[in-house]
Amino acid sequence: MNAALGAAQKTAPDSALAAARAPLAGKEIRLEVRNLNFYYGAKQALFDVSFSVPTKHVTALIGPSGCGKSTLLRTLNRMHETVKVSRLAGQILLDGESILDQDVTRLRRRVGMVFQRPNPFPKSIFDNIAYGLRVNGYKGSIPEAVEKSLHRAALWDEVKDSLHKSAYALSGGQQQRLCIARALAVDPEVLLLDEPCSALDPISTAKIEELLFNLKDMCTLVIVTHNMQQAARSSDLTAFMLEGRLVEFQSTEQLFTTPSDPRTEAYITGRFG
Amino acid sequence: MAHAITFVAAATILVITTMLVIVLWDNSALPRAKFGLSFFVGMVWDPVAEQFGAWPFVYGTLVTTAVSLVLGVPLGLGAAIFLAELAPPKISDMLAFVIELLAAVPSVIYGLLGIFVVVPFVRSTLAPALKNTLGFLPLFQGPCYGVSFLAAGLVLAIMIVPFIVSVSREVLLAVPTDQREAALALGSTRWESTWKVVVPFALPGVLGSVFLAMARALGETMAVTMVVGNVPQVKASLLAPGYSIAAVIANEFTEATGDIYLQALIELGLVLFLVTFILNGLARLLILVTSQRGGTA
Amino acid sequence: MSGWAGTGHRRYRKAVNYLMLGSMALCALLVVGVLFFILGCLLWNGGSDVNLNFFTKLPAPVGETGGGMANAIVGSIKLLLLASLIGIPLGVVGGIYMAEFAGKLSAFVLQYTADLLNGVPSIVIGIFAYSLIVLRMKHFSAIAGGFALGIMMIPITIRSTEQFLRSVPGSLREAAMALGASKWKTIVSVVVPAAYRGILTAILLSLARVAGETAPLLFTALNNRFWSPGWNQPIASLPVVVYTYALSAYDDWHRQAWAAGLVLLGMVLLTNIIARAILSRGISVPR
Repeated sequence: MNAALGAAQKTAPDSALAAARAPLAGKEIRLEVRNLNFYYGAKQALFDVSFSVPTKHVTALIGPSGCGKSTLLRTLNRMHETVKVSRLAGQILLDGESILDQDVTRLRRRVGMVFQRPNPFPKSIFDNIAYGLRVNGYKGSIPEAVEKSLHRAALWDEVKDSLHKSAYALSGGQQQRLCIARALAVDPEVLLLDEPCSALDPISTAKIEELLFNLKDMCTLVIVTHNMQQAARSSDLTAFMLEGRLVEFQSTEQLFTTPSDPRTEAYITGRFG
Repeated sequence: MAHAITFVAAATILVITTMLVIVLWDNSALPRAKFGLSFFVGMVWDPVAEQFGAWPFVYGTLVTTAVSLVLGVPLGLGAAIFLAELAPPKISDMLAFVIELLAAVPSVIYGLLGIFVVVPFVRSTLAPALKNTLGFLPLFQGPCYGVSFLAAGLVLAIMIVPFIVSVSREVLLAVPTDQREAALALGSTRWESTWKVVVPFALPGVLGSVFLAMARALGETMAVTMVVGNVPQVKASLLAPGYSIAAVIANEFTEATGDIYLQALIELGLVLFLVTFILNGLARLLILVTSQRGGTA
Repeated sequence: MSGWAGTGHRRYRKAVNYLMLGSMALCALLVVGVLFFILGCLLWNGGSDVNLNFFTKLPAPVGETGGGMANAIVGSIKLLLLASLIGIPLGVVGGIYMAEFAGKLSAFVLQYTADLLNGVPSIVIGIFAYSLIVLRMKHFSAIAGGFALGIMMIPITIRSTEQFLRSVPGSLREAAMALGASKWKTIVSVVVPAAYRGILTAILLSLARVAGETAPLLFTALNNRFWSPGWNQPIASLPVVVYTYALSAYDDWHRQAWAAGLVLLGMVLLTNIIARAILSRGISVPR
């Protein structure tokens, strides 16, 4: 298999760039990554990654463990900066503006994140959602904004009478929807989701996938998932990554039915990963 | 056989604790019978007349402890936050070790520095400065000879800081990383994520460290008796000399003539024991609670 | 993006951020600085008096200069010896019980009680020793002082021993027992040697802790301006002498108090650093 991979890799760069452009014909671009190289200390984790995320669509990043999909996701809101030895070369543009030059707190209001394990704060449900609003100086009515977020996260009916209870009283699936509501409260243009369902049971997973489908009208979504079926079900575009490289970036339908790269085909047919 | 021997050794802990309570209780029977609870509110401590009112000592203990907490907790918590959130791991470990060494400094050494450095400092620099700026408050009025509630509070503050730092640092380090990340991802600054998310998460443990510190301050003898002035009086001003429970026991125990005098001092010891026992118990409970929290979040 | 505070608010938040983070660093610096300040003061004020006289002479008559602290140094050593007789065996053996034999509930009760006993003010321990020993013997003595310090050593040693024994992996015990060793044999020949560094550290640290204690000695061992033959008489000790000399009216004694403080602190800190070095040289078993 390695020999086959090696042979395929020689033709990868050009086709990847072309593939990066193709599925986006006619769509407005929200986020653009150009020639991104990423290092943890001396070790390189991302190699010359380029792709674009269209606005109000769901883009999925898939690939085997360690391929760099989470690393890539975390550069999009500069969360990689929490690790001191990380280094980034290349460009990441949000609406044409480089995110690396902006004030990071401003960027993170515009590009939100939901994490793998639900991580609500040790506060009430209300205060969890209000946190982002307060910290960023929201001038409107906070209770209204909290209610709006909970509606968007499909959690309102379940918690509307217990907003002042601790967030930890909720089930795992509810906590994750709370985290989604918390991220939505600050009205981000892009929402990044790092394997949001991997710690949840199938029912909660289904609820969240449905939620994501409804969210994309308001917000661009980028989701990292190790679950191929989830990517196939929920996303409009899919990027397949392998060993720090972006191998193929296509509309989801095309990637899963007629992938252009043999490595992609090997992965989605389960030959490795 | 081995089981039995080792058990006996371990059981000495329980035996000692029980005996301690019994000894303190039995040997304070006289004043307890004579004064009952009014022992603690009586204002006059007159061994000659066999009048034992412990309020000046209770007051002094409370005031010096309060001052030490007001000064020591922010300082200790600040240092702990720096070590847990900001300092690179190696520096954090090194500094934490240095601060642990501070906890190992014998209290008589703190007392030594108290007499020759802190007291003159309070007398010649701090007290005048406080009187000039905040002298309208009854807290900072009246003459100051250096030995005072304030001096004792200052020395105690330094002594309790290492406890606050080491426990708080540990509980802060134990806060799950994804709490911080969630806060940062919402656009918080480092400070905001630390103060509004991480510290609240670790709050029970931090509170536990404060209780531990309180217990230490309440029972501290040497450093206090060397700088507090040893005058059994109740004054609003922090600049006035005072006394504390532990200090009066230290000073008068060997001079105590007569059973009721000695037993009054022992009753004071009983009080110290009970209060620190309860505070330590609460503290350990709180620290336990925080470590559970990290698991359920 | 309407309804959000603007750039000014963000700049304010950034300023607060830098200010507060800077203050935290300042706090840490201050705290660490205190230790060096203490050492500096002791060196400055007492350094010159730590000389041969200090270690070999007895205190001079009141008001005269030129005395030393030989009796206090020997006294402290004697008291620590007595304390070790109580504290080390009971602490280590008790720790073995807690780690190897105790069930969950008894272990918890013992741990909790040990921690609470640890937090009892040392002067209360002094009262305890006074009631049990001084009252019975009708005089102050080294035995009473040693007893008080020994009582204090037990909870410290027992907890540390327990923790280090627990950190020895279960697989080591299983291996020994699978070879036919009895439980006790396993403990003595495998577990304790594996944890010996930690136990040694525990002993050193508890010795350092009680060596500096003054309050429990004030009415047990009392003090003594001369040598204290045997164990039945009041005995001088470094911490008590520091206390007495510091409160006296004589400059010479003040200087000696600084010197004694320097020696005492030096020993305590050295012991702590050595203990840390022993530990970090690696416990025989990976933690």
